[in-house]
Amino acid sequence: MKLDPKEYDKMVRRASPPSPVVQDCLWAFFVGGAICLLGEALRQLFLIWYGKTLAGTLTSIALIFFSALATLPGWYQKLAAKAGAGTLVPITGFANSVVSPAIEFKAEGWVTGVGAKIFTIAGPVIAFGTLASFVWGVVYWLLGKVG
Amino acid sequence: MNYVWAFVVGGGICVIGQLLIDYTKLTPARILTGYVVAGVILSAIGVYKPLAEFAGAGASVPLLGFGHLLAQGVVQAVDECGLPGAFTGGVSAAAGGITASLIFAVLAALVGKSKDQN
Repeated sequence: MKLDPKEYDKMVRRASPPSPVVQDCLWAFFVGGAICLLGEALRQLFLIWYGKTLAGTLTSIALIFFSALATLPGWYQKLAAKAGAGTLVPITGFANSVVSPAIEFKAEGWVTGVGAKIFTIAGPVIAFGTLASFVWGVVYWLLGKVG
Repeated sequence: MNYVWAFVVGGGICVIGQLLIDYTKLTPARILTGYVVAGVILSAIGVYKPLAEFAGAGASVPLLGFGHLLAQGVVQAVDECGLPGAFTGGVSAAAGGITASLIFAVLAALVGKSKDQN
């Protein structure tokens, strides 16, 4: 079979797997979407009994609980190796970043091991989130004074 | 339809995070911190609330939603008690998620073995 370079190029492109970035993004989309879908199912369930705010809080708590359960045997970390941001960005990823060092650094003691290391990622997230919300609170208050 | 939009919007927000991982040198801690701060800003300029009403958990489950929660809490507290609300509103609104993470982490440390983390 004779092939000119153009045709050959086409064949290679057809036969080779999608680029790693596309593959990463597909994993992130489907796993992240699935976690949010689970969250929505939980939210609709809680909305039967509670108002919007409490249903949202309970959804977060339930997802964090499931994330801790999946982190214990190492399943969440295994999924994260494939799903990347799909498991990092949802609240379950935040929970994993708290639970995982808690288990890992137990050997270093409860205070300087578990107590300190659970904030390795949660610390900056809470610190800058709180700072941003404080700044917004002051701006919002000032807007109320002016308007 | 709720479920479809939760899946699509939630998945889409995760894809943005994946592009940040693949194309920048941002570490997971920086991405999560950035998402929460971005959530506060998007909520402050009024973009996130409509998205949350439309996509439900698709908007509230990603960490952008955590930022939105902080921002909403602060607005509510400032409405109720003025400037001191800027100090109390954010963390109060996020208390459930933060406390749950800490409690389940300590419980997991009680039953888990140090070794099986990879």
